[in-house]
Amino acid sequence: MKRVGRLLALGASAFLILSAQAQTPRNGGELVFPVPSEPPSYDGHREETFGLIHPIAPFYNTLLRVDPNDKTGTKPVASLAESWTVSSDGKTYTFKIRKGVRFHDGSEMTSKDIKASYDKIIFPPAGVGSTRKGQYADVQAVEAPDATTIVFRLKEPSGSFIASLLSPYNFIYKAEILAKDMHWYEKNVMGTGPFTFVEHVKGSHVVGKKNPNYWDKGKPHLDGFRAIFTNSSSAEVAAIRGERAHIQFRGFSPKDRDSLKAALGDKITVQESPWDCILLGAMNHEKKPFDDKRVRRALTLALDRHTGSKALSQIAIVKEVAGVQVPGTPFATPPAELNKLAGYWTDAEKSRAEARRLLKEAGVPEGFSFTFKNRGVPMPYEPLGVWLIDQWRRVGLNVKQEVIEAAAYFGVLRKGDFEVAMDFQCGYIVEPDLDMYKFLSVDKNPANYGRYKDPVLDDLYDKQSRETNPEKRKQIVRQFEKRVLDEETHYFMTLQWHRIIPHSSKVKGWTVTPSHYLNNTLDTVWLTE
Amino acid sequence: MIPTLLGVAVLIFVLLRVVPGDVVEARYLAQGSQFQSQDLMNQERAKLGLDQPLWKQFTTWMAGIARLDFGVSMWTGSPITEEIKLRFALSLQLAIMASLIAQVLAIPLGILAAVKQDTWVDYAVRVFSIAGLATPSFWLGILMILGMLIVFKWIPPMVFTPFWVDPWQNLVQLIWPALAIGYRYSAVGTRMMRSAMLEVLREDYIRTARAKGLWLKLILSRHALKNAILPVLTVMSLEFAFLLGGLVVTEQVFNLNGLGMLFVQAIAHRDYTLTQALVMLVATFFLFVNFFVDIAYAWIDPRIRYR
Repeated sequence: MKRVGRLLALGASAFLILSAQAQTPRNGGELVFPVPSEPPSYDGHREETFGLIHPIAPFYNTLLRVDPNDKTGTKPVASLAESWTVSSDGKTYTFKIRKGVRFHDGSEMTSKDIKASYDKIIFPPAGVGSTRKGQYADVQAVEAPDATTIVFRLKEPSGSFIASLLSPYNFIYKAEILAKDMHWYEKNVMGTGPFTFVEHVKGSHVVGKKNPNYWDKGKPHLDGFRAIFTNSSSAEVAAIRGERAHIQFRGFSPKDRDSLKAALGDKITVQESPWDCILLGAMNHEKKPFDDKRVRRALTLALDRHTGSKALSQIAIVKEVAGVQVPGTPFATPPAELNKLAGYWTDAEKSRAEARRLLKEAGVPEGFSFTFKNRGVPMPYEPLGVWLIDQWRRVGLNVKQEVIEAAAYFGVLRKGDFEVAMDFQCGYIVEPDLDMYKFLSVDKNPANYGRYKDPVLDDLYDKQSRETNPEKRKQIVRQFEKRVLDEETHYFMTLQWHRIIPHSSKVKGWTVTPSHYLNNTLDTVWLTE
Repeated sequence: MIPTLLGVAVLIFVLLRVVPGDVVEARYLAQGSQFQSQDLMNQERAKLGLDQPLWKQFTTWMAGIARLDFGVSMWTGSPITEEIKLRFALSLQLAIMASLIAQVLAIPLGILAAVKQDTWVDYAVRVFSIAGLATPSFWLGILMILGMLIVFKWIPPMVFTPFWVDPWQNLVQLIWPALAIGYRYSAVGTRMMRSAMLEVLREDYIRTARAKGLWLKLILSRHALKNAILPVLTVMSLEFAFLLGGLVVTEQVFNLNGLGMLFVQAIAHRDYTLTQALVMLVATFFLFVNFFVDIAYAWIDPRIRYR
């Protein structure tokens, strides 16, 4: 008996040692990944596409970053800043900057570089494009009192300021270069990141190699990476299946996941997460009968999201039933509470009966016809469009779909040339300020395609934005959500996107998050062979 | 040539601007971002010259072309020659390889089918060529990729290596799309070669040659082929010109960084300057191919002379 016990103990120890070894990062190897888009330029401050983040982010660092192991993609951790403090009035953020960080040209990075980078983002000079300038409207000044301190002074306290510093686009550039030419970084790459730039062959690939002088000692683990630009999902699936590539960081469809798993078995690891992208229904408040909130409410009540989720998640990149925050993230409404909102009830028949009643009350006749404009992008616009039309048919609405070519689509929405249309929102981090900005009155945000004005909603937005106590802020976010989706039904949500990353089991040290803009620095990633 | 190119230039310039949306909308609205700035969009439009009157945009473009300066891509800001260079090399090589495969198949098979008319050889060639006509190249490409994945667990390289850098890698990548395209292309040629050859074989001078007891091989190569090849040359040359920019789906299937995909991306991004340059390039290529075909006509058939 004693001998059996000893053998078991030995076996357990061996298992523990082997497990530990399996998780010890191995250095070496080149990570190959397809990128379904190509960066128009290399300037993160100017661009908005993930096609820039995936191949270019590994060359840079940001002031703070999202914890690469945090599945919610919301937890801030230090990057170029070692630590930070917030003043008691919530208006001054002071960051201590890491010493010994060097740019790829060998020069030392100081707070002067961070100030110059943020000045370019927040206060761009004439002729310099900064797409995220509006996000920092509360910033009064950025100061660098000494080489290792950077201070952000805000006009008002902000519950989301730290989150706004987590933007993966906010690359830190060299002040000296920016002083000479503000556009230099559009055509050149030179940062402090874990990889140094080797080449970009237009339309083909970007190559990076390990930065041997990287400040985070022991990282990166990879010798380099190769980002290959692709132009079809079938080519990406074939690349993973044929082991020409290890991972694609944006996401695959459920069908692709299943086919890869069936073909490669254990050689494939699948990571999934709710995705911080959603298709929303914009109802033009300037067109009758959508100016009537009863009609708008009926449109959302007609949708059986719970059943739809089960069916659509088999064929499309959507899954979770969601409000204004991605499920599972800090400010998301728990399902029990969310299910009280119009269109989220679990009893679909009751919901549809109410929709019919509201339509009748608003004077909308049975068989009323309208045109639903959808974007000419197959996934997931097409299946969601078909689903919506079917759901509305069940409450007696006769909907015609008009598909508009992708590049022209948002121009149509901006002009208000529609009755009901599919709208789209995607973010780099789940944060109420970012996710709810969409719903502000049209005079505050031209991307509100519902074209309404709602001062109560604007006021709630400001209140939650100024609130630095997370619990109190959560309550205001709930009120905002109830007003926009239920009481006024200015917009309706379809289903949250669902991110599916089937990757080679050789890839370790990478965690899926709700955003395909996050976790692409690649410093923690390693290959088992 | 010049009036044709001018007509193409006017047409593409106008058509692009009739289509809704522009490069600034494609850049700043299509990503679903929360913060959109009208000021930024206006600033970008002014930077790209999109706020200028159309006549001014057109004359600026024409003046550039006259100096062989195609400008920069509105999407990337890089010189258009830089955007096109590598893709042109890939597309041209692919077109040449597919064309060679097509000719090697089409001419002998077409002749054979005509000479052995209504025998099993003719039937086999007809089945082969009709199947080729009925099979889109991209579909054959998908079958090839799937076949390679299932049988060999292998797919061709995803990154283009120029022939002068590594010939083996280059051929390993391009031979598969060249076969997929070449097969369909050969089918067109085979059908044309067969019918042209049948027509020529019924001519009096061929009957006379046979009556004189000349060898069939000699009759075919010296007398029949030269006359039968003219329509085949026209059809195959036009197909060749088409291959330069018309292989969008096949390029997608094999993940090729060619001119076809660049065309699609340029249009999707509403990159006016790049789209205009690509259209002018393909139109010029078509004109040159036609010109060389006309020259070849005179060389093959001395009765044809241009004054």
